[in-house]
Amino acid sequence: MDSVSDPINPEYKKRSTFKRRLNNFFAEVYRIHLFIIRFFKEAFVPPFELKEIVKQCFDVGVRSFTLITVTGFIVGLIFTKQSRPSLITFGATSWLPSLVSIAIMRALAPLVTALIASGKVGSSIGAELGSMRVTEQIDAMEVSGTKPFKYLVCTRVLATTITIPILATYTAFIGLLGGYVNVATNEGTSYTSFMQQVFQPLVYLDFTASLIKSIAFGFTIGIVGCYQGYNSNKGTEGVGKAANGAVVTAMFLVFIEEIIIVQITSNFR
Amino acid sequence: MKKAKVEIDYTNEVIKIRGLKKAFEDFAVLRGIDLDLYQGENLVVLGRSGTGKSVLIKLISGLLIPDHGTIEVLGQEVTHITDKALQELRIRIGFSFQNSALYDSMTVRKNLEFPLVRNRKGISRKDIDVAVETVLDAVGLSQTINQMPSELSGGQRKRIGIARTLILNPEIMLYDEPTAGLDPITCIEINDLINEVQQRYKTSSIIITHDLTCAKSTGDRVAMLLDGKFEREGTFDEVFDTDDPRVKPFFDYNFIH
Repeated sequence: MDSVSDPINPEYKKRSTFKRRLNNFFAEVYRIHLFIIRFFKEAFVPPFELKEIVKQCFDVGVRSFTLITVTGFIVGLIFTKQSRPSLITFGATSWLPSLVSIAIMRALAPLVTALIASGKVGSSIGAELGSMRVTEQIDAMEVSGTKPFKYLVCTRVLATTITIPILATYTAFIGLLGGYVNVATNEGTSYTSFMQQVFQPLVYLDFTASLIKSIAFGFTIGIVGCYQGYNSNKGTEGVGKAANGAVVTAMFLVFIEEIIIVQITSNFR
Repeated sequence: MKKAKVEIDYTNEVIKIRGLKKAFEDFAVLRGIDLDLYQGENLVVLGRSGTGKSVLIKLISGLLIPDHGTIEVLGQEVTHITDKALQELRIRIGFSFQNSALYDSMTVRKNLEFPLVRNRKGISRKDIDVAVETVLDAVGLSQTINQMPSELSGGQRKRIGIARTLILNPEIMLYDEPTAGLDPITCIEINDLINEVQQRYKTSSIIITHDLTCAKSTGDRVAMLLDGKFEREGTFDEVFDTDDPRVKPFFDYNFIH
Protein backbone atom coordinates (compact mmCIF):
# COMPACT_ATOMS: atom_id res chain seq x y z
CA MET A 1 0.00 0.00 0.00
CA ASP A 2 1.22 3.52 -0.83
CA SER A 3 2.21 5.03 2.51
CA VAL A 4 0.33 8.29 1.93
CA SER A 5 -2.90 6.50 1.07
CA ASP A 6 -2.64 4.54 4.33
CA PRO A 7 -5.21 6.06 6.75
CA ILE A 8 -2.90 5.36 9.72
CA ASN A 9 -0.21 7.62 8.23
CA PRO A 10 -0.61 11.22 9.64
CA GLU A 11 0.23 12.51 6.16
CA TYR A 12 -2.98 10.86 4.92
CA LYS A 13 -5.12 13.04 7.22
CA LYS A 14 -3.25 16.19 6.19
CA ARG A 15 -3.71 15.44 2.50
CA SER A 16 -7.33 14.44 2.88
CA THR A 17 -8.03 17.70 4.73
CA PHE A 18 -6.32 19.62 1.95
CA LYS A 19 -8.28 17.67 -0.65
CA ARG A 20 -11.54 18.28 1.21
CA ARG A 21 -10.79 21.99 1.47
CA LEU A 22 -9.96 22.16 -2.21
CA ASN A 23 -13.21 20.35 -3.01
CA ASN A 24 -15.15 22.72 -0.74
CA PHE A 25 -13.52 25.71 -2.43
CA PHE A 26 -14.52 24.58 -5.91
CA ALA A 27 -17.99 23.63 -4.70
CA GLU A 28 -18.37 27.15 -3.27
CA VAL A 29 -17.18 28.73 -6.53
CA TYR A 30 -19.74 26.60 -8.38
CA ARG A 31 -22.55 27.66 -5.99
CA ILE A 32 -21.64 31.36 -6.41
CA HIS A 33 -21.66 30.87 -10.16
CA LEU A 34 -25.17 29.35 -9.97
CA PHE A 35 -26.29 32.19 -7.70
CA ILE A 36 -25.15 34.82 -10.23
CA ILE A 37 -26.81 32.97 -13.12
CA ARG A 38 -30.05 32.79 -11.09
CA PHE A 39 -29.85 36.55 -10.52
CA PHE A 40 -29.67 37.26 -14.27
CA LYS A 41 -32.45 34.75 -14.96
CA GLU A 42 -34.84 36.32 -12.46
CA ALA A 43 -33.91 40.01 -12.29
CA PHE A 44 -35.02 40.97 -15.77
CA VAL A 45 -38.20 38.92 -15.98
CA PRO A 46 -41.53 40.48 -14.92
CA PRO A 47 -43.09 41.10 -12.48
CA PHE A 48 -40.52 43.69 -11.37
CA GLU A 49 -40.40 44.67 -7.72
CA LEU A 50 -39.94 48.35 -8.60
CA LYS A 51 -41.20 49.69 -5.28
CA GLU A 52 -38.76 47.49 -3.37
CA ILE A 53 -35.87 48.44 -5.71
CA VAL A 54 -36.52 52.15 -5.07
CA LYS A 55 -36.73 51.49 -1.31
CA GLN A 56 -33.44 49.57 -1.39
CA CYS A 57 -31.74 52.29 -3.49
CA PHE A 58 -32.84 54.84 -0.90
CA ASP A 59 -31.58 52.61 1.94
CA VAL A 60 -28.19 52.08 0.29
CA GLY A 61 -27.82 55.82 -0.38
CA VAL A 62 -28.89 56.90 3.09
CA ARG A 63 -26.79 54.27 4.87
CA SER A 64 -23.57 55.44 3.23
CA PHE A 65 -24.27 59.14 2.64
CA THR A 66 -22.80 60.69 5.79
CA LEU A 67 -19.74 58.47 5.89
CA ILE A 68 -19.05 59.03 2.19
CA THR A 69 -19.39 62.79 2.57
CA VAL A 70 -16.90 62.92 5.43
CA THR A 71 -14.48 60.37 3.95
CA GLY A 72 -14.63 61.83 0.43
CA PHE A 73 -13.87 65.32 1.71
CA ILE A 74 -10.99 64.14 3.89
CA VAL A 75 -9.49 62.02 1.10
CA GLY A 76 -9.53 65.01 -1.29
CA LEU A 77 -8.11 67.35 1.33
CA ILE A 78 -5.36 65.01 2.54
CA PHE A 79 -4.37 63.92 -0.97
CA THR A 80 -3.92 67.55 -2.03
CA LYS A 81 -2.04 68.40 1.15
CA GLN A 82 0.33 65.43 0.83
CA SER A 83 0.99 66.06 -2.89
CA ARG A 84 1.82 69.73 -2.42
CA PRO A 85 5.44 69.34 -1.08
CA SER A 86 6.45 67.14 -4.03
CA LEU A 87 5.03 69.63 -6.55
CA ILE A 88 6.61 72.59 -4.74
CA THR A 89 10.02 70.95 -5.33
CA PHE A 90 9.42 71.23 -9.08
CA GLY A 91 7.62 74.57 -8.83
CA ALA A 92 4.51 72.91 -10.22
CA THR A 93 1.83 73.68 -7.62
CA SER A 94 -0.36 75.00 -10.42
CA TRP A 95 -0.72 71.38 -11.56
CA LEU A 96 -2.28 70.43 -8.23
CA PRO A 97 -5.95 70.66 -9.37
CA SER A 98 -5.19 68.47 -12.40
CA LEU A 99 -3.33 65.93 -10.29
CA VAL A 100 -6.15 65.79 -7.74
CA SER A 101 -8.80 65.42 -10.42
CA ILE A 102 -6.97 62.55 -12.17
CA ALA A 103 -6.39 60.71 -8.92
CA ILE A 104 -9.93 61.18 -7.67
CA MET A 105 -11.77 60.54 -10.92
CA ARG A 106 -9.71 57.59 -12.10
CA ALA A 107 -9.14 55.73 -8.84
CA LEU A 108 -10.04 57.22 -5.49
CA ALA A 109 -13.74 58.05 -5.88
CA PRO A 110 -14.94 54.61 -7.06
CA LEU A 111 -12.56 52.77 -4.74
CA VAL A 112 -13.32 54.77 -1.58
CA THR A 113 -17.06 54.56 -2.27
CA ALA A 114 -16.87 50.81 -2.84
CA LEU A 115 -14.85 50.18 0.31
CA ILE A 116 -17.23 52.23 2.45
CA ALA A 117 -20.27 50.61 0.86
CA SER A 118 -18.74 47.15 1.39
CA GLY A 119 -18.55 47.89 5.10
CA LYS A 120 -21.86 49.68 5.53
CA VAL A 121 -24.13 48.17 2.90
CA GLY A 122 -22.55 44.75 2.29
CA SER A 123 -22.48 43.83 5.97
CA SER A 124 -26.00 45.11 6.45
CA ILE A 125 -27.35 43.05 3.53
CA GLY A 126 -25.46 39.97 4.75
CA ALA A 127 -26.78 40.33 8.31
CA GLU A 128 -30.34 41.16 7.24
CA LEU A 129 -30.72 38.22 4.86
CA GLY A 130 -28.80 35.95 7.22
CA SER A 131 -31.17 36.75 10.04
CA MET A 132 -34.15 36.23 7.72
CA ARG A 133 -32.73 32.83 6.77
CA VAL A 134 -32.17 31.60 10.32
CA THR A 135 -35.58 32.82 11.52
CA GLU A 136 -37.19 30.99 8.56
CA GLN A 137 -38.60 34.20 7.05
CA ILE A 138 -37.14 33.25 3.65
CA ASP A 139 -38.72 29.78 3.93
CA ALA A 140 -42.01 31.44 4.87
CA MET A 141 -41.88 33.52 1.68
CA GLU A 142 -41.10 30.43 -0.36
CA VAL A 143 -43.95 28.31 1.03
CA SER A 144 -46.43 31.12 0.53
CA GLY A 145 -45.89 30.88 -3.23
CA THR A 146 -43.84 34.06 -3.53
CA LYS A 147 -40.31 34.32 -4.92
CA PRO A 148 -37.95 35.36 -2.12
CA PHE A 149 -34.93 35.38 -4.44
CA LYS A 150 -36.54 37.97 -6.68
CA TYR A 151 -37.90 40.05 -3.81
CA LEU A 152 -34.83 39.95 -1.57
CA VAL A 153 -31.79 39.29 -3.76
CA CYS A 154 -32.59 40.83 -7.15
CA THR A 155 -33.85 44.07 -5.61
CA ARG A 156 -30.79 44.51 -3.39
CA VAL A 157 -28.25 43.68 -6.10
CA LEU A 158 -29.96 46.04 -8.56
CA ALA A 159 -30.09 48.73 -5.87
CA THR A 160 -26.36 48.55 -5.13
CA THR A 161 -25.53 48.38 -8.86
CA ILE A 162 -27.57 51.54 -9.49
CA THR A 163 -26.67 53.47 -6.36
CA ILE A 164 -22.91 52.90 -6.02
CA PRO A 165 -22.11 54.76 -9.32
CA ILE A 166 -24.27 57.67 -8.11
CA LEU A 167 -22.49 57.67 -4.76
CA ALA A 168 -19.10 57.43 -6.51
CA THR A 169 -19.95 60.54 -8.56
CA TYR A 170 -20.93 62.30 -5.36
CA THR A 171 -17.67 61.17 -3.68
CA ALA A 172 -15.71 62.58 -6.63
CA PHE A 173 -17.47 65.93 -6.25
CA ILE A 174 -16.92 66.02 -2.47
CA GLY A 175 -13.29 64.90 -2.88
CA LEU A 176 -12.65 67.71 -5.36
CA LEU A 177 -14.27 70.09 -2.90
CA GLY A 178 -11.80 68.90 -0.26
CA GLY A 179 -8.97 69.47 -2.72
CA TYR A 180 -10.31 72.95 -3.53
CA VAL A 181 -10.40 73.93 0.17
CA ASN A 182 -6.69 73.12 0.44
CA VAL A 183 -5.75 74.84 -2.83
CA ALA A 184 -7.88 77.92 -2.06
CA THR A 185 -6.39 78.21 1.43
CA ASN A 186 -2.81 78.05 0.14
CA GLU A 187 -2.97 79.69 -3.29
CA GLY A 188 -6.21 81.66 -3.08
CA THR A 189 -7.41 80.06 -6.34
CA SER A 190 -11.01 80.85 -7.25
CA TYR A 191 -13.57 78.03 -7.46
CA THR A 192 -14.17 78.61 -11.20
CA SER A 193 -10.48 78.56 -12.00
CA PHE A 194 -9.97 75.41 -9.89
CA MET A 195 -12.79 73.61 -11.66
CA GLN A 196 -11.50 74.61 -15.10
CA GLN A 197 -8.14 73.06 -14.23
CA VAL A 198 -9.85 70.01 -12.77
CA PHE A 199 -11.63 69.10 -16.00
CA GLN A 200 -8.75 70.01 -18.33
CA PRO A 201 -6.77 66.74 -18.11
CA LEU A 202 -9.82 64.49 -17.98
CA VAL A 203 -10.89 62.57 -21.07
CA TYR A 204 -14.03 60.62 -21.95
CA LEU A 205 -12.31 57.34 -21.04
CA ASP A 206 -11.75 58.53 -17.45
CA PHE A 207 -15.46 59.01 -16.90
CA THR A 208 -16.42 55.77 -18.68
CA ALA A 209 -13.84 53.67 -16.86
CA SER A 210 -14.87 55.17 -13.54
CA LEU A 211 -18.53 54.46 -14.27
CA ILE A 212 -17.86 50.86 -15.36
CA LYS A 213 -15.75 50.31 -12.26
CA SER A 214 -18.49 51.67 -9.98
CA ILE A 215 -21.12 49.48 -11.64
CA ALA A 216 -18.89 46.40 -11.21
CA PHE A 217 -18.18 47.31 -7.58
CA GLY A 218 -21.89 47.90 -6.87
CA PHE A 219 -22.86 44.57 -8.38
CA THR A 220 -20.10 42.79 -6.45
CA ILE A 221 -21.08 44.33 -3.10
CA GLY A 222 -24.74 43.44 -3.64
CA ILE A 223 -24.24 39.90 -4.91
CA VAL A 224 -21.64 38.99 -2.27
CA GLY A 225 -23.79 40.38 0.58
CA CYS A 226 -26.87 38.58 -0.71
CA TYR A 227 -25.01 35.31 -1.31
CA GLN A 228 -23.55 35.28 2.18
CA GLY A 229 -26.87 36.17 3.83
CA TYR A 230 -29.16 34.03 1.68
CA ASN A 231 -27.04 30.92 2.25
CA SER A 232 -26.21 31.48 5.90
CA ASN A 233 -26.91 28.79 8.45
CA LYS A 234 -25.88 27.71 11.96
CA GLY A 235 -28.20 30.18 13.75
CA THR A 236 -27.00 33.50 15.13
CA GLU A 237 -23.37 32.50 14.59
CA GLY A 238 -24.20 32.17 10.90
CA VAL A 239 -25.60 35.73 10.81
CA GLY A 240 -22.32 37.12 12.16
CA LYS A 241 -20.35 35.04 9.69
CA ALA A 242 -22.56 36.20 6.82
CA ALA A 243 -22.03 39.87 7.71
CA ASN A 244 -18.30 39.40 8.14
CA GLY A 245 -17.97 37.29 4.98
CA ALA A 246 -19.87 39.89 2.99
CA VAL A 247 -17.43 42.66 3.95
CA VAL A 248 -14.19 40.70 3.61
CA THR A 249 -15.08 39.00 0.32
CA ALA A 250 -16.52 42.17 -1.24
CA MET A 251 -13.45 44.25 -0.32
CA PHE A 252 -11.10 41.59 -1.67
CA LEU A 253 -13.04 41.32 -4.93
CA VAL A 254 -13.22 45.12 -5.29
CA PHE A 255 -9.42 45.31 -5.28
CA ILE A 256 -9.15 42.44 -7.77
CA GLU A 257 -11.66 44.14 -10.08
CA GLU A 258 -9.79 47.45 -9.71
CA ILE A 259 -6.59 45.81 -10.98
CA ILE A 260 -8.35 44.10 -13.88
CA ILE A 261 -10.28 47.19 -15.02
CA VAL A 262 -7.21 49.44 -14.74
CA GLN A 263 -5.24 46.95 -16.84
CA ILE A 264 -7.95 46.84 -19.49
CA THR A 265 -8.56 50.59 -19.67
CA SER A 266 -4.83 51.41 -19.79
CA ASN A 267 -4.73 49.56 -23.13
CA PHE A 268 -7.08 52.19 -24.58
CA ARG A 269 -5.05 55.21 -23.48
CA MET B 1 -63.22 24.02 24.28
CA LYS B 2 -64.19 20.49 23.21
CA LYS B 3 -63.42 19.61 19.58
CA ALA B 4 -66.58 19.59 17.48
CA LYS B 5 -67.31 16.66 15.20
CA VAL B 6 -65.91 17.08 11.70
CA GLU B 7 -66.58 15.26 8.48
CA ILE B 8 -63.58 13.37 7.17
CA ASP B 9 -63.57 11.88 3.69
CA TYR B 10 -61.54 8.67 4.09
CA THR B 11 -61.72 7.99 0.35
CA ASN B 12 -59.87 11.17 -0.54
CA GLU B 13 -56.16 11.34 0.36
CA VAL B 14 -54.89 14.91 0.08
CA ILE B 15 -51.37 13.81 1.03
CA LYS B 16 -49.99 10.40 0.18
CA ILE B 17 -46.43 9.52 1.20
CA ARG B 18 -44.71 6.26 0.32
CA GLY B 19 -41.25 4.97 1.28
CA LEU B 20 -39.94 8.42 2.24
CA LYS B 21 -36.30 8.57 3.31
CA LYS B 22 -34.18 11.53 4.27
CA ALA B 23 -30.69 11.67 5.72
CA PHE B 24 -28.42 14.56 6.66
CA GLU B 25 -24.84 13.56 5.87
CA ASP B 26 -24.56 10.15 7.56
CA PHE B 27 -27.54 10.53 9.89
CA ALA B 28 -30.75 8.97 8.59
CA VAL B 29 -33.69 10.96 9.96
CA LEU B 30 -36.61 9.41 8.09
CA ARG B 31 -36.18 5.73 7.24
CA GLY B 32 -39.03 4.79 4.95
CA ILE B 33 -42.23 6.56 5.90
CA ASP B 34 -45.72 5.79 4.60
CA LEU B 35 -48.45 8.28 5.48
CA ASP B 36 -51.92 9.33 4.28
CA LEU B 37 -53.75 12.52 5.21
CA TYR B 38 -57.45 12.45 4.42
CA GLN B 39 -59.69 15.31 3.34
CA GLY B 40 -60.89 17.27 6.39
CA GLU B 41 -58.69 15.42 8.87
CA ASN B 42 -56.36 16.77 11.56
CA LEU B 43 -53.39 14.41 11.81
CA VAL B 44 -51.02 14.91 14.72
CA VAL B 45 -47.44 13.75 14.28
CA LEU B 46 -45.76 13.09 17.62
CA GLY B 47 -42.17 12.28 18.33
CA ARG B 48 -39.11 13.21 20.32
CA SER B 49 -36.99 16.22 19.37
CA GLY B 50 -34.72 15.46 16.43
CA THR B 51 -36.81 12.58 15.09
CA GLY B 52 -37.55 14.43 11.85
CA LYS B 53 -41.07 15.75 12.45
CA SER B 54 -40.30 19.20 11.06
CA VAL B 55 -38.23 17.62 8.29
CA LEU B 56 -41.35 15.71 7.24
CA ILE B 57 -43.48 18.84 6.67
CA LYS B 58 -40.59 20.64 5.00
CA LEU B 59 -40.39 17.72 2.58
CA ILE B 60 -44.14 17.93 1.98
CA SER B 61 -43.93 21.64 1.16
CA GLY B 62 -40.91 21.16 -1.10
CA LEU B 63 -38.48 23.07 1.12
CA LEU B 64 -36.34 19.94 1.34
CA ILE B 65 -35.76 17.25 -1.26
CA PRO B 66 -36.16 13.61 -0.18
CA ASP B 67 -33.44 11.01 -0.78
CA HIS B 68 -35.98 8.36 -1.65
CA GLY B 69 -39.74 7.86 -1.89
CA THR B 70 -42.76 9.73 -3.19
CA ILE B 71 -44.83 12.60 -1.80
CA GLU B 72 -48.14 13.23 -3.50
CA VAL B 73 -49.90 16.44 -2.43
CA LEU B 74 -53.36 17.25 -3.85
CA GLY B 75 -52.68 14.80 -6.67
CA GLN B 76 -49.27 16.21 -7.60
CA GLU B 77 -45.93 14.55 -7.02
CA VAL B 78 -43.94 17.24 -5.17
CA THR B 79 -40.49 15.93 -6.10
CA HIS B 80 -41.17 15.80 -9.82
CA ILE B 81 -42.95 19.04 -10.66
CA THR B 82 -41.70 22.23 -12.24
CA ASP B 83 -40.85 25.29 -10.12
CA LYS B 84 -43.95 27.05 -11.43
CA ALA B 85 -46.23 24.12 -10.56
CA LEU B 86 -44.64 23.86 -7.11
CA GLN B 87 -45.23 27.57 -6.56
CA GLU B 88 -48.90 27.16 -7.52
CA LEU B 89 -49.22 24.09 -5.29
CA ARG B 90 -47.72 25.95 -2.33
CA ILE B 91 -50.51 28.52 -2.53
CA ARG B 92 -52.88 25.67 -1.64
CA ILE B 93 -50.76 24.68 1.37
CA GLY B 94 -50.51 26.81 4.51
CA PHE B 95 -47.36 26.49 6.60
CA SER B 96 -47.31 27.77 10.17
CA PHE B 97 -43.71 27.94 11.38
CA GLN B 98 -42.51 27.09 14.88
CA ASN B 99 -41.21 30.62 15.51
CA SER B 100 -43.99 32.19 13.38
CA ALA B 101 -41.44 33.54 10.85
CA LEU B 102 -43.18 36.90 10.58
CA TYR B 103 -41.38 39.44 8.39
CA ASP B 104 -39.67 41.68 10.95
CA SER B 105 -39.50 44.73 8.73
CA MET B 106 -43.24 44.79 7.94
CA THR B 107 -46.30 45.64 10.00
CA VAL B 108 -48.94 42.97 10.64
CA ARG B 109 -50.99 44.39 7.73
CA LYS B 110 -48.02 44.18 5.34
CA ASN B 111 -47.21 40.66 6.56
CA LEU B 112 -50.72 39.54 5.68
CA GLU B 113 -50.84 41.44 2.38
CA PHE B 114 -47.48 40.13 1.17
CA PRO B 115 -48.56 36.66 -0.07
CA LEU B 116 -51.94 37.93 -1.24
CA VAL B 117 -50.64 40.76 -3.45
CA ARG B 118 -48.07 38.48 -5.05
CA ASN B 119 -50.40 35.55 -5.70
CA ARG B 120 -53.65 37.26 -6.71
CA LYS B 121 -52.76 39.43 -9.66
CA GLY B 122 -54.94 42.49 -10.14
CA ILE B 123 -56.62 42.23 -6.74
CA SER B 124 -58.14 45.56 -5.71
CA ARG B 125 -57.15 47.55 -2.64
CA LYS B 126 -60.64 47.07 -1.24
CA ASP B 127 -60.47 43.27 -1.61
CA ILE B 128 -57.03 43.21 0.04
CA ASP B 129 -58.36 45.19 3.02
CA VAL B 130 -61.40 42.90 3.34
CA ALA B 131 -59.22 39.76 3.20
CA VAL B 132 -56.80 41.15 5.81
CA GLU B 133 -59.62 42.15 8.16
CA THR B 134 -61.34 38.78 7.73
CA VAL B 135 -58.31 36.68 8.68
CA LEU B 136 -57.37 39.01 11.52
CA ASP B 137 -60.92 38.65 12.81
CA ALA B 138 -60.66 34.85 12.45
CA VAL B 139 -57.60 34.78 14.72
CA GLY B 140 -59.07 37.43 17.03
CA LEU B 141 -56.33 40.04 16.59
CA SER B 142 -57.95 42.87 14.63
CA GLN B 143 -56.43 45.46 16.98
CA THR B 144 -52.84 44.53 16.02
CA ILE B 145 -53.17 45.47 12.34
CA ASN B 146 -50.68 48.34 12.44
CA GLN B 147 -48.26 46.84 14.94
CA MET B 148 -44.78 45.51 14.17
CA PRO B 149 -44.04 41.82 14.91
CA SER B 150 -41.59 42.89 17.63
CA GLU B 151 -44.49 44.47 19.53
CA LEU B 152 -46.48 41.21 19.66
CA SER B 153 -46.44 38.47 22.29
CA GLY B 154 -45.45 34.88 21.41
CA GLY B 155 -49.08 33.77 21.21
CA GLN B 156 -50.06 36.76 19.06
CA ARG B 157 -47.17 36.05 16.70
CA LYS B 158 -48.35 32.44 16.31
CA ARG B 159 -51.86 33.63 15.53
CA ILE B 160 -50.66 36.19 12.99
CA GLY B 161 -48.48 33.48 11.42
CA ILE B 162 -51.58 31.31 11.04
CA ALA B 163 -53.59 34.28 9.71
CA ARG B 164 -50.91 34.89 7.07
CA THR B 165 -51.36 31.36 5.76
CA LEU B 166 -55.16 31.54 5.93
CA ILE B 167 -55.30 34.62 3.72
CA LEU B 168 -54.69 32.40 0.67
CA ASN B 169 -57.51 30.00 1.67
CA PRO B 170 -55.30 26.90 1.83
CA GLU B 171 -56.69 23.38 1.49
CA ILE B 172 -53.94 21.88 3.65
CA MET B 173 -52.41 23.34 6.81
CA LEU B 174 -49.02 22.29 8.16
CA TYR B 175 -48.40 23.37 11.75
CA ASP B 176 -44.86 23.11 13.08
CA GLU B 177 -44.94 22.97 16.90
CA PRO B 178 -47.87 25.39 17.21
CA THR B 179 -47.79 25.50 21.02
CA ALA B 180 -44.03 25.42 21.60
CA GLY B 181 -42.86 28.00 24.12
CA LEU B 182 -46.35 29.22 25.05
CA ASP B 183 -48.06 29.34 28.44
CA PRO B 184 -50.84 26.77 29.10
CA ILE B 185 -53.72 29.23 28.55
CA THR B 186 -52.31 30.47 25.24
CA CYS B 187 -51.74 26.80 24.27
CA ILE B 188 -55.45 26.13 24.80
CA GLU B 189 -56.30 29.20 22.68
CA ILE B 190 -54.02 28.01 19.87
CA ASN B 191 -55.50 24.49 20.03
CA ASP B 192 -59.00 25.99 19.76
CA LEU B 193 -57.84 28.11 16.83
CA ILE B 194 -56.51 25.03 15.02
CA ASN B 195 -59.88 23.31 15.46
CA GLU B 196 -61.71 26.46 14.37
CA VAL B 197 -59.56 26.71 11.23
CA GLN B 198 -60.36 23.07 10.43
CA GLN B 199 -64.11 23.74 10.67
CA ARG B 200 -64.28 27.21 9.15
CA TYR B 201 -61.82 26.78 6.28
CA LYS B 202 -62.45 23.01 5.75
CA THR B 203 -58.72 22.33 5.85
CA SER B 204 -56.85 19.07 6.26
CA SER B 205 -53.93 19.50 8.63
CA ILE B 206 -50.73 17.94 9.83
CA ILE B 207 -49.83 19.15 13.30
CA ILE B 208 -46.26 18.52 14.42
CA THR B 209 -45.93 18.58 18.17
CA HIS B 210 -44.64 16.88 21.28
CA ASP B 211 -47.36 18.52 23.39
CA LEU B 212 -49.85 15.77 24.20
CA THR B 213 -52.56 18.24 25.27
CA CYS B 214 -52.37 19.76 21.82
CA ALA B 215 -52.38 16.29 20.26
CA LYS B 216 -55.41 15.18 22.25
CA SER B 217 -57.47 18.31 21.69
CA THR B 218 -56.75 18.86 17.98
CA GLY B 219 -56.00 15.44 16.48
CA ASP B 220 -58.53 13.22 14.75
CA ARG B 221 -55.69 10.75 14.35
CA VAL B 222 -52.24 10.53 15.91
CA ALA B 223 -49.10 9.06 14.36
CA MET B 224 -45.99 8.52 16.41
CA LEU B 225 -42.57 8.82 14.81
CA LEU B 226 -40.14 6.35 16.36
CA ASP B 227 -36.66 5.66 15.02
CA GLY B 228 -37.44 7.30 11.68
CA LYS B 229 -40.68 5.41 11.06
CA PHE B 230 -44.35 5.66 12.01
CA GLU B 231 -44.67 2.73 14.34
CA ARG B 232 -47.90 3.65 16.15
CA GLU B 233 -50.93 5.18 14.50
CA GLY B 234 -54.59 5.58 15.49
CA THR B 235 -56.68 7.63 17.88
CA PHE B 236 -54.93 9.28 20.80
CA ASP B 237 -56.05 6.55 23.22
CA GLU B 238 -55.05 3.75 20.84
CA VAL B 239 -51.54 5.14 20.40
CA PHE B 240 -50.89 5.43 24.12
CA ASP B 241 -52.50 2.14 25.12
CA THR B 242 -49.12 0.44 25.27
CA ASP B 243 -46.22 -0.43 27.56
CA ASP B 244 -43.67 0.33 24.85
CA PRO B 245 -40.78 2.05 26.72
CA ARG B 246 -40.31 4.44 23.80
CA VAL B 247 -43.94 5.65 24.04
CA LYS B 248 -44.98 5.36 27.68
CA PRO B 249 -42.60 8.03 29.10
CA PHE B 250 -44.09 10.49 26.63
CA PHE B 251 -47.55 10.03 28.10
CA ASP B 252 -46.35 9.82 31.69
CA TYR B 253 -44.36 13.06 31.44
CA ASN B 254 -47.26 15.03 29.98
CA PHE B 255 -50.09 13.70 32.13
CA ILE B 256 -48.51 12.54 35.39
CA HIS B 257 -45.71 15.07 36.05
